[in-house]
Amino acid sequence: MTTRLTTLRDAVATHVRDGICVALEGFTHLIPFAAGHEIIRQGRRDLHLVRMTPDLIYDQMIGMGCARKLTFSWGGNPGVGSLHRLRDAVEHQWPHALELDEHTHAGMAAAYTAGAAGLPCGMLRGYLGTDLPGVNPRIRRIECPFTGEPLAAVPALNPDVTFLHAQRADARGNVALHGIVGAQREAAFAARTLIVTVEEIVDELAPAMNGIVLPHWMVTAVAHCPGGAYPSYVHDHYSRDNGFYQRWDAIARERQGFMDWMNRHVLATADHAAFLASLRETA
Amino acid sequence: MNEWTRDEMMTVAASRLLWDGCVCFVGIGLPSAACNLARLTHAPQIVLVYESGTVGTRPDVLPLSIGDGELADTAACVIPLPDVFSFLLQAGRVDVGFLGAAQIDRHGNLNSTVIGPYDAPRTRLPGAGGATEIAAHARQTFVMLKATPRSLVTRLDFCTSPGFLTGHGARGQTSMRGAGPRSVITDFGVLTPAPVTDELQLTALFAGVTVDEARAATGWPLQVAADVATLAQPSQQELETLRALHARTREAHNRAVRLPV
Repeated sequence: MTTRLTTLRDAVATHVRDGICVALEGFTHLIPFAAGHEIIRQGRRDLHLVRMTPDLIYDQMIGMGCARKLTFSWGGNPGVGSLHRLRDAVEHQWPHALELDEHTHAGMAAAYTAGAAGLPCGMLRGYLGTDLPGVNPRIRRIECPFTGEPLAAVPALNPDVTFLHAQRADARGNVALHGIVGAQREAAFAARTLIVTVEEIVDELAPAMNGIVLPHWMVTAVAHCPGGAYPSYVHDHYSRDNGFYQRWDAIARERQGFMDWMNRHVLATADHAAFLASLRETA
Repeated sequence: MNEWTRDEMMTVAASRLLWDGCVCFVGIGLPSAACNLARLTHAPQIVLVYESGTVGTRPDVLPLSIGDGELADTAACVIPLPDVFSFLLQAGRVDVGFLGAAQIDRHGNLNSTVIGPYDAPRTRLPGAGGATEIAAHARQTFVMLKATPRSLVTRLDFCTSPGFLTGHGARGQTSMRGAGPRSVITDFGVLTPAPVTDELQLTALFAGVTVDEARAATGWPLQVAADVATLAQPSQQELETLRALHARTREAHNRAVRLPV
């Protein structure tokens, strides 16, 4: 039996090259923080980052200089306010300029769905009456050949690598996840390479009728990474650390404070277990 | 008489607009408080949809984010995000959408993208999220935002979400499914679109607020309806329910989360 089990470090080293298009998906729930931190540790540059809600993990990757381009639809700290590192990159080009490919949630959902289906573009009754098409030439109009209705078209999203975090996988690399599933299934099927970190590896997955199971033959690599979504959460494992999301506002507000935090907790730690241990020391 | 804050009055005013059984697309912040207040008072069968795909959710505490675990735990069902936007919203199955924004103009168009030019913004805001298509396709929308001359503006820096566009029926010429903003709830009162022009006009004030205050807080020359109502003050039941909800929420959000592993 071939195994897809590997370490997160090896998965990132093998599959993430400077300049490629990477999506770390998970809508509030199951955000692959450990994977983002490992990309930062390995010093990847010029990435085209894709994510509906950049969240804290892309704030960190952008602030650490990993990204040249961002495809997104809502760039805030949910319930708290700004992503200060994203803002600094857009408003002041720090640490360098960031190209924006800005959409709405409905548009990104259509683009991932098209990517998953192998279609060239997604179609929706969207972007009506908004200035977004005026600033993003990748949002275009097409006409329904049957009714004549004008519709919006967005190019399919096909990330070179999609990272997900999930509850569990088996030894063959079948992956099961449940709870709020966002656009993870679409981002997984749209990807050329799919890497999944999981809370636990089991001998055999229990049958999960209607639960999302990503079959082993479409999963490139699985890494056991307990706590890998923290400070996001994993249903039935641990809660979202809303207090951390609130504290991040102050940590990321100034460049120096942000760099100090990233140096101490991400660059100076060997892996995600060490990252969590470093937070426990300062708790 | 009960003492109340303007935030509480905004929340109560918005909750009263919701009816039992309506399918409501909820945003974080004041809308989430208003929708859950309605559910806990006069609209127990309201169907709350958060854009994370949690449908028919009945949270005991208000979520900090749109996808807190509490929303999934108490949901009737959890659906994938593309389904939320295509099967529910775009197909016209949502009765009410709530929206907030940094700026609104006299025709109810909203900006949540940038202050200043798009390519060189003074302030980069979070962006559209679900708002653009909520604004287009929810059967009607309610907008909640605090009024200042910088938020109620003559000209938006960027139009993120459509209201009545240029007014005078312009919205009706598009393929938007919904009727647009029916109420704008601010911290002095309520604006509603006038017939024919679609321009927002003052139709209701909170108790103790004057028309002059409303005019001063509005960045365009505010039209005032012939008959401006004074909204009933929050009842004791509304206030007690809302404050208990906020107290539970504070307690829950301050609870330390055990680090995993």
